[in-house]
Amino acid sequence: MSQTTEHPAHLQHHFSDVHQQAESAKLGMWIFLLTEVLLFGGLFCFYAIYRSWNPEMFHNAHAFLNVWMGATNTVVLIVSSLTMALAIRSMQLGKRKLTMWFLAGTVFLACVFMVIKYFEYSHKIHLGQLPGKWYFFEGIAGTNPHIFFSAYFLMTGLHGFHVLGGIAVITWLFIKTARGSFSPEYYTPIEMTGLYWHLVDLIWIFLFPLFYLIG
Amino acid sequence: MDTARTLFLPPQGSTVASDVDALFGFIFWVSLFFFVGVTALTVYFCIKYKRKDGKAETTPYIESMALEITWIVIPTILLMVIFVWGFQDFVRLHIVPANSMEIKVTGQKWFWSYNYEEGATGVGELVVPVGQPVKLLMSSKDVIHSFFVPAFRIKMDVLPNRYTITWFEATMTGEFQIYCTEFCGKGHSEMWGTVKVLPQDEFDKWLEAGSGPDSNETMAEYGARMFVKNACNTCHSIDGSKNVGPTFQGLFGRREVMSDGTAITVDENYIRESVLNPMAKQVAGYDPVMPTYQGILKDVDIDGLIAYIKSLEN
Amino acid sequence: MEHTIPEKHYLNEATGWKSWLMTLDHKRIGILYMIMVMFSFFLAGVFALLIRWELLSPDKIFMGPEMYNQAFSLHGIIMIFLFIIPSIPAILGNFVMPLMIGAKDVAFPRLNLASWYIYVIGFCFAVYALFAGGIDTGWTFYTPYSSESTTAVIPILTAAFVLGFSSIFTGLNFIVTIHRLRAPGMTWFQLPLFVWAIYATALIQVLATPVLGITLALLMLERVVGIGIFDPAMGGDPVLFQHFFWFYSHPAVYIMILPGMGIISELIATFSHRRIFGYKFIAFSSLGIAFTGFLVWGHHMFVSGQSDLAAVIFSFLTFFVGIPSGIKILNWIATMYKGSISLDSPMLWALSFLILFSIGGFTGIVLGTLSIDVHLHDTYFVVSHFHYVMVGGTVMAIFGGLHYWWPKIWGRMYNETLARIAVVMIFVGFNVTFFVQFIMGTQGMPRRYATYLPQFQGMHGFSSIGALIMGVGFLLIAIYLIHAIFRGKPAGPNPWKSLTMEWETPSPPTAGNFEGQPVLEHGPYDYDKVIPENSLKPYKTL
Repeated sequence: MSQTTEHPAHLQHHFSDVHQQAESAKLGMWIFLLTEVLLFGGLFCFYAIYRSWNPEMFHNAHAFLNVWMGATNTVVLIVSSLTMALAIRSMQLGKRKLTMWFLAGTVFLACVFMVIKYFEYSHKIHLGQLPGKWYFFEGIAGTNPHIFFSAYFLMTGLHGFHVLGGIAVITWLFIKTARGSFSPEYYTPIEMTGLYWHLVDLIWIFLFPLFYLIG
Repeated sequence: MDTARTLFLPPQGSTVASDVDALFGFIFWVSLFFFVGVTALTVYFCIKYKRKDGKAETTPYIESMALEITWIVIPTILLMVIFVWGFQDFVRLHIVPANSMEIKVTGQKWFWSYNYEEGATGVGELVVPVGQPVKLLMSSKDVIHSFFVPAFRIKMDVLPNRYTITWFEATMTGEFQIYCTEFCGKGHSEMWGTVKVLPQDEFDKWLEAGSGPDSNETMAEYGARMFVKNACNTCHSIDGSKNVGPTFQGLFGRREVMSDGTAITVDENYIRESVLNPMAKQVAGYDPVMPTYQGILKDVDIDGLIAYIKSLEN
Repeated sequence: MEHTIPEKHYLNEATGWKSWLMTLDHKRIGILYMIMVMFSFFLAGVFALLIRWELLSPDKIFMGPEMYNQAFSLHGIIMIFLFIIPSIPAILGNFVMPLMIGAKDVAFPRLNLASWYIYVIGFCFAVYALFAGGIDTGWTFYTPYSSESTTAVIPILTAAFVLGFSSIFTGLNFIVTIHRLRAPGMTWFQLPLFVWAIYATALIQVLATPVLGITLALLMLERVVGIGIFDPAMGGDPVLFQHFFWFYSHPAVYIMILPGMGIISELIATFSHRRIFGYKFIAFSSLGIAFTGFLVWGHHMFVSGQSDLAAVIFSFLTFFVGIPSGIKILNWIATMYKGSISLDSPMLWALSFLILFSIGGFTGIVLGTLSIDVHLHDTYFVVSHFHYVMVGGTVMAIFGGLHYWWPKIWGRMYNETLARIAVVMIFVGFNVTFFVQFIMGTQGMPRRYATYLPQFQGMHGFSSIGALIMGVGFLLIAIYLIHAIFRGKPAGPNPWKSLTMEWETPSPPTAGNFEGQPVLEHGPYDYDKVIPENSLKPYKTL
């Protein structure tokens, strides 16, 4: 048996074998995702409470969101989850170049998401539909319309921040794949990032109807 | 009732106090019983089973599900008894009797003020009749405070965005301490008040008499009383020293420079305006923190203060 | 028997600043935490002494109300976020837990080091806040006061936010370690109870802390952006802050106590030289406390204006949290029955815990009772209750654990006579400080008061004397423990003759912990099957 299969380069010294290492990584990532769910959970709670206190205002305010941009972004993220999953699949099959294409595609789609977000945000900033004391838009009936936009910017903003984090990590994965760090025997970082990316997508799938579609 | 004295509780000044104390006493004695048991067993075992000559010996281990179940079930039952008892008293603390007299309580940094339905007002001292349920409708003008009367065993936070309610029926006459028990800043520890419980006839007289100097007081003496009663003295000195606000010594007739650069001479109108609308003219060199006494002080109270200030010459 | 320090161990296998600041060894990381966390304890303790000194008289001695408000706020914030929450998991969890389960390290050593650095960054923000205006809101940061306070609120909130991540990553690391890195043969029910306790704590760290993070972030946005979510003038609700805050902060108190209870299980078993009574009950009670701890946050808010129905539900659930704790105390005492008890200093700490935590627990029942809490909320009764459980409970356990594992960490034993004097000083000083505060509370003395009515002066003075005794006691401990690091007698691998796996390594352990992969040969409490010795040879069986 060759040295590398007994003690492969990627096996960290405190693990007894690659299986233990891979299982640990998976459990660790799932727990991390759980903490992310709780982080966003607090904000979803905040949304629910303020929506129950201002139902009409939420309804009136949401009309000012562009459903088509939101829907496009939803499709963009779902497709990016697909490209991410395909990137993992490609590395399972040992296809390094294909993996790189799919990773690049995921990053590209994530950037498209951020660009669309940029247009949405700048339009709102221009109109004065801003959180809290910075709000100055006239034309939404109901109590305290700034609350809707506080929730909107907080939640989509935190989500966007996580998309940016994802872009950074997937770019790093792209570079490592180019350097040949991964193989069908070892692609754990790609798989773990994939889990993270799916959560980011999933959170958006909740945000989209709550902000764009309620009515 | 003896419970209060044996367990260091305050005098029982309201109808609910004896119930609250009785439950406190029950929990205390039950806890003491178990605590003594736990401690005694621990000490006893440490003596009886002391390791001899550094030689550790062990004895066979006997599991006992029966023991485990027992000491889960018995405490659970006791706790449920305590919960139900506490819940019942809590309900009584929260259901306001129908024949209550209502007083509006306002908390702000750093004093309590009261408005009675009949129009009377008070600051710091809450005057109520004995043997009459009193409903307190409470709110805050700024941050969260909490209205606490230990002798009545009542406490309720006062909030800036809505009313909270508590009630009591005083069972004895006297004066009882009010504390603020929600941290509210610099003056939190001194946001005191007193509940003054009077016999019904004296209370009626107090209500009718309203404000104004007593028959043997001059206006200035009445003003001196108002100066302390309305907590003016927490921010204004009378000996010339600078405090949160300007000193009243030699104030009347003094030339003061305002924060906008204009200068005025202190006269009756200026004092009256400062009391009712303090933000209108602010003396330079002081923070704009004076609260308004609109709705709290009557005209005669302000007249008294003016007379008092006039009497404080250099 | 004369013992010697092994030639090569984790402390000397690499030297120099870099080998410490870039270490991936869980044992070194535990020590790095020890330095920062115990320094924070000292700092917060100084604030406590300042508070008790000022309270010797109702008149101002050297602190006016504004300074006093800063003193109690900083005492609370530093004690809670920089000391007690990280304490046992980060120091002893890191050092001992992997050794106890037969692992070479935690699952993610680099994340472990990152957690320490994140702690240090949080520490720096807190120190910056100290000098940038301090903080006067109390550790609870209630709105609207905290939205308006002119002190360094944003830096201190940032500190707490950052420290939260340190806590989350430590918890995550420990959960994966305990699930995946146990030695062959070490099933869940062969785990020492300290590991169960660390595991239950880690679950809370991971699930509750993110909510704190978002709460603090919302408060920061409230101040900076004026989002108005806690501001009634903008349609917000200040009581909502309390709900968000306590949703984390109540489970947080179980982060504080559960590891301590884990240590007590180890101390009672070892120093009674007996199998723990009711092992499964104690293990499951840790999980039970972790779970129910999430359901009772509203018992901090009985007089906040929340609905009566909510108050009733929270009170009901609060009583259920008390039961698992009671189960543990009774099981520990039953362990001592027919044991072979040695009153070494770690055991004295454990016994102090039993007595003081019981008082804390009973007074918790008092406070959970709706009608009585109305009277006692926000008085010194509450202050005394939580000091009995946090100091009389957790701090007793921390020092018991530090004394117990000190010979393993450094290879050397401390002076036992001084240690016994210290624990007595702390026990006496603690009760002198805090028992009288129950009485003050029942008489209505409110908390967070810079001054007080004259009738309370005697009790305040008595309490302050106790604080001084405690301060001297802790100083004494620091002196002889640090002295032991350099001059203590070599202790040998298993000075207490315990059966958990960390004692099957040399003292101090090698960098890699074990030779090869250890396999479970006996349970952690098999005192009726195996005779442990202070040596590395296999133990005799009975």
